Parts: sequence; structure tokens; C-alpha cells
Amino acid sequence: MHAEILLSIAMLSALVLYSLLGGADYGAGFLDLTCSGPRKEQQRAVIARAIQPVWETNHVWLILVVVLMFSGFPAAFSAIGARLPGLLLFVLLGIILRGSAFVFRAYFAGDAQTQLYWGRVFSISSSLTPFFLGIVIGAISNGSVAVNASRPASLLRVAWLQFFPLSVGLLSLSLFAYLAATYLAVEASDRELQDDFRRRALISGGVSVLAAILTYLLAGSSAPGIREGLASSTLSGAAELAAVFAAYFAFRNLFLRRYRQARVAAAAQVGLIVIGWAGAQFPYLLRPDLTMFNSAAPANVLWDLLMACGAGGLVLFPSLYLLFRVFKGRRETTSGMEST
Amino acid sequence: MNNLLTARSLMGLTLAFHIIFAAVGVSLPLMMTVAEWRWLRTNDPAYLLLAKRWAKGTAILFAVGGVSGTVLSFELGLLWPRFMEHAGAVIGMPFSLEGFAFFTEAIFLGIYLYGWDRVPGSMHLASGAIVAISGASSVVFVTFANAWMNTPTGFDLVQGRFVNIRPFAAMLSPAAAPEALHMVLAAYTAAGFAAAGIHGWLLLRRGRNRFDEVAIAIALSIGGVAVLAQSVSGDALGRMVGTYQPMKLASFEGQFHTEKGAPLRIGGLPYPDKRETKYALEIPHGLSLLASHRMNSIVEGLDQEPQADWPNVRMVHISFQIMVGCGSLLSAFTLVAAWLAWKRRPLTIHKTFLKTLVLLSPLGFLALEAGWMVTELGRQPWVIYKIMRTSEAVTSTAHLDVTLFALTVVYFVLGITVIWLLSRHVIQSPKQQELEAS
Repeated sequence: MHAEILLSIAMLSALVLYSLLGGADYGAGFLDLTCSGPRKEQQRAVIARAIQPVWETNHVWLILVVVLMFSGFPAAFSAIGARLPGLLLFVLLGIILRGSAFVFRAYFAGDAQTQLYWGRVFSISSSLTPFFLGIVIGAISNGSVAVNASRPASLLRVAWLQFFPLSVGLLSLSLFAYLAATYLAVEASDRELQDDFRRRALISGGVSVLAAILTYLLAGSSAPGIREGLASSTLSGAAELAAVFAAYFAFRNLFLRRYRQARVAAAAQVGLIVIGWAGAQFPYLLRPDLTMFNSAAPANVLWDLLMACGAGGLVLFPSLYLLFRVFKGRRETTSGMEST
Repeated sequence: MNNLLTARSLMGLTLAFHIIFAAVGVSLPLMMTVAEWRWLRTNDPAYLLLAKRWAKGTAILFAVGGVSGTVLSFELGLLWPRFMEHAGAVIGMPFSLEGFAFFTEAIFLGIYLYGWDRVPGSMHLASGAIVAISGASSVVFVTFANAWMNTPTGFDLVQGRFVNIRPFAAMLSPAAAPEALHMVLAAYTAAGFAAAGIHGWLLLRRGRNRFDEVAIAIALSIGGVAVLAQSVSGDALGRMVGTYQPMKLASFEGQFHTEKGAPLRIGGLPYPDKRETKYALEIPHGLSLLASHRMNSIVEGLDQEPQADWPNVRMVHISFQIMVGCGSLLSAFTLVAAWLAWKRRPLTIHKTFLKTLVLLSPLGFLALEAGWMVTELGRQPWVIYKIMRTSEAVTSTAHLDVTLFALTVVYFVLGITVIWLLSRHVIQSPKQQELEAS
């Protein structure tokens, strides 16, 4: 198989994991904004406890996507930097503020006012970052956004401010909120809190279905390339069909309060949506001109990178297993449920 | 401001900010792990409290370091698209490996910070050690990438394009080992002395107490060993620069003319237009001796290159003097402290000793920042030494100054908040109950 394809698969895997793990952290930050009612503080506590030990690890998946892209597909990476500077600035500000504000809030214990303030910064930046990340995905899938060779790029140019990228942004945010709420329903300790997150999962899941339909419709007029890809790629078609089934199971299990099953199904749904997008985008990294073939580093470099990924993975996956075993293992949540 | 200056300011700002957090993120885990190990060995609660305090500091600084590092990885593309387009394939390897090292660091830091009562004691200690090791590996990999910009290898240049790329050879360029060692030691020096200084100041303020004394013992041991080792690594790095980047060495030293048996200049101010360095204390044959370990070797001066290709000699020379001066002061202090300790004098009852420690403690970070200026400014006008100019690498994006303004404001707010938080958590006096409870 081509090294270009293998490295793209490695990047896609990292992107899927970033969506499922890092995405859920952003979603949880967005849900922090919606905490309300008599259990407001408990809801916040569940969110903070869930993301505290893992969010930094989950964030590294994005860094891995970025470094693999600039090492393996340098021409595409530098073109994204040159064509979408303003958009990336928003993403970066969101990333900086989300991470910093989250630790600041945690460590300003005892100073309620300051905590409230940083908590607000945390939840707002958690909501904006996936929105802008979604716009990036929308922009690189849509040839008309990125390329305008006659004018040099400017930070102040907002060519990405079109309906299609914005709907992808909305789709990402709603999917991440849906994922987070589903995960949190598993991790919440009592029935009432679980119901709070269940309700949020159903609402954001519903919004994500609408956003997905809207995105598909808008793609017809403003991103024909990706629409065509969705229709013609077998991988894409199969992934999207499977995503529909996964969504059905996720909603059904949420409805029946079978949260563990719902968590698996929702994660599968979101992962399949990302894979479906990748199938439709293939072989492009940045539409309309940069593909994984014409922007790739020489094949020997790609093989070396793949080897590095393999070696890194040997350390990474056992460590990750340990992390999630320690903090997300069955022990904690079941004992929590028994205590109610 | 033109784009080149704006982009360089932005990159410089981000790096100057990030390097502080990265350095602490590497050395504080080592210190907290040593403290926890001492606790397991001695059962002295002061060590446990210290490990927990330093762990809090690590948590705050690592988070901010992680996000500012992310900014850097994006900035490579945002500010230097031409550089990344050509060099990305060559130097991607250390960045990719750094990604995995960062993963390991984040995973085990999570376990360390939040797993005190979830994992067995030995696994907890091992997690701390893994954080320290993977943090140091991150520094090594990132510095490898910078080393390649100084001594580019691992490719053939055909008509301005990199072909026949050998990623591992590029990663292990001649500058790689000496530069990475120098950077790791600098991180330990900077954070070790800073932490020792903070606890020295607290000791002066609140009187003798076990907590601050053991903190100083650990921090000063790490910082002291590192700064003494730094003289050896600095020598190796200096000779490497002399061999591969003679013009860079010449600008460190304000050496305008090629000279046999060149003197070492301490202090002084270079006047590039007059081609001389005035007011320096000159040690005859010193530079020749340092550069090649021979009294009368020839040291190439800046006159070997057109002046247009010189870096800002004055800034480089001054930064270099600051770095070496700080390192020398800290080394001298370490030797005195070691001598006093060897004589079995309890160091911390000496007010003069503590006051000197407090006074010298920021110099590690000053040397770190100055050293970074030396290597970055000294490489100019090249982004890839003798292959690509910084001006050729920069983006043509308009309104770059908006980014500069936004990030300056954000980093300013974050910096203030972090200092404020650290003063609440790490510095705050331990309560007696806290000592007894732990």
C-alpha cells in the first residue's frame, strides 16, 4: 500500500480519537455553560471530575495530527497556514483559553468570584474552539474558501464566513456536546444527575442530526466536491449508513437509560461520521488543489514516520489503557451508583 | 512593522513565554518525584507535603506550557509557511517523536496528580519518574529540531530543494547532542535555583522550618549539579559552534577580525561599524583555547562574511555575556554551598547564605532566556543556516500585527494569573495541621 495512504490513515485515526476524547472534553465545557437548576453545582463537579485527569492527554491527539501533517504533507500544512490564518488564530485563542482557564478555575479554590469568572472563560472557549475547528474542516473541504490566488491572505479576511463551513462548525459543536453528555450520564453518580445529562444528550443529539442534514444540503450548492465524494465513495457511504444505525442505537439506549451501551453507540456514531467525511474528502487534504499525493514528503520519509508512529504507539497505547483504567474504570462508577 | 519583524516578534514572544513553562515542566516533576521518594524512604511528612505542593505547581505550569506549545506548532505554519513547506519533511521526525513523548508526559502526569489514592505507592512514584523522563525527552526532541536549523544535515540540496532526505540523520545533526544536553541542563538549573530561591525567601520570612529546608536541599542539589555540568556541556557546544558555525561564534565573542591566538572577551560592547569590541576585559589566547583547546589556533572573525550577513552582533554578544555571567555566578555559589555542606555547616541558618541564594535565584531563568537569544539571534539572517534566509521563510499574510497584539495581551494575562496562582499554592506557608495530617 502507498505510504501516503497509510500515513493519512494514521492521521485519520488520531483525528477520530481526538473527536471522541478531546471533542468530548470540549463538549463537557459547553455543557458547563448549560448547568442549571437545583443540581447546578453537582453537574459542574461531575464535568470537572470527568475531564480533569484526561483532558491534557486527549489534547495531544490534535498535536499529533498537526505534527504528522507538517512532517508528512508539508505542502498542505503550509498552505492551510497561509490560506486560513485568521481562522486558525481563533482556534488557537480557544485552545489557549480553554486549557488555562480550566486549571485556573480548579486552582482558585476558595475564591468563588474568580472561579466563576475563569469558569465562564473555560466554558465559552470550550464552546467556540470546536465550532472553529469544525469551520476549519468545512473550509478545507470546500475549494472556494481556501483558494484565492489573486489576493494575498489576510488575517482580517473572513472568506470562511459562509454557510457551509458554519454548518460544519455547528455540527461539530453539537456532536461533541452530545458525546460529552452521553459519557457524563455514565459517570454521574445518581439517577437525577444522569437524567440531567440524558436530557442534554437527547437535545444536542437532535440538534446534531439537524445540523448534519443542513450540512449535507448546503454541500450540494457550496461544496460540490465533498457532496460528490459522499455520494460516490463506497467507504463514505458505508460509514454514513453505519453512523445512522449507531445513532439509532445510541438514541434508543439513551431513551432506555442504558448509558453504557449508549456511550459505545454514540462514540461509534461520531467516529463513523468523521471516517465518512474522510472518505468523501479522499484524496484531498485541502481542496481544491492539495491531495495526499501531491503534497506528500518523499516516500522514505513517510515510511520512517510510520515506523516512528508504530514505535510511539507501543508506548502510547498501554499507557493510555492504564490512564483510562485508573480513572474511567468500572470500579468508580459502579460504586458511585451503588451508593445512591 | 514589516512582516518579517512581526513574525519574528511573534515567534520570539511565544518561545520566550513557552520556554519558561517548558523548563519548569521538565524540572519540577523531577523535584516532586525526588521529594516523594524521600518521603517513602524517611516517612518525613515534610517531604510528602513538598511533593504535593510541587505537583500543584507542575499541574498549573504544565497546562499553560501545553497550550503555548500547541500555539508554537501552529505558528510554524502560520508564520513560516515557506520554511515548513521545504523543511517540514526533514525535521518532522523529532517533532513527531516529541508528540509521543508529550503524550507519555500528559498521561502519567494525570495519574500522578489525581491518582494518589487510586494507584499503589510504587506505581505512583514510577509515574512521577516517567513524567520527569518523558519531559526531558520532549526537550531533547524539540531541541534536535532547532539543532538542525543550525547544522542542517540529512539531505542533498538540488536546485534549492531538499532531496534524498534521511530523517534520522537530520534529527541527529552535529549540533543535536550538545544543544539538547545544554538545554536540558539549563531547564534544571533555571527551575532548581528559582525554587530554591523562593523557599530561601520564605525561610527568611517565616523562620527555620523543616518544609522549606528540605525544599532548598532538593532544589539546590538539582540546580547545582546541573549548573556545574553546564560548564562542560557549554564547552562542547562552543567547540561545535566554532567548527560548524564559525561566524556565529565570532558574533558571540565580538570577534571582528580573523586572529591567531584570539583573546577571550569578558563584557565589552561591539561596534560593528568600527569593527571592534570596546571596553572588554581580554584574556589573551582565551578564545583560541576555548574554541579548539589550543593556545594559538586561528579563530575566524566576522570579516570572513559580508556585513549584510552578520547577525545583530551587539545583541548576540551581550546576550552571550549575560548567559555566561549568570552561569558563572551560579557555579561559584554552588561550589561555596557544596563546600559549606561538606564542612557540615547547616546552610540554612546562615542569613547571608539565604540572602545570596534569593538574590541569585532568578539568574537561571535569565541565563535560559539569554541563551535562547544567543542561539536564535546568532543564527540570523538564516532560518536554516546558510541554506534559507529567515526573510525567505516568512508568510505574506497581511495584518499579522493583529495576531501579535492578541497573543501579547493573552500571554500577559496568563503570565500574571500564573504568578498569582503559584503564590497562593506553592509558596503559601504550610499550616501545622497540614504537616501533621500528611
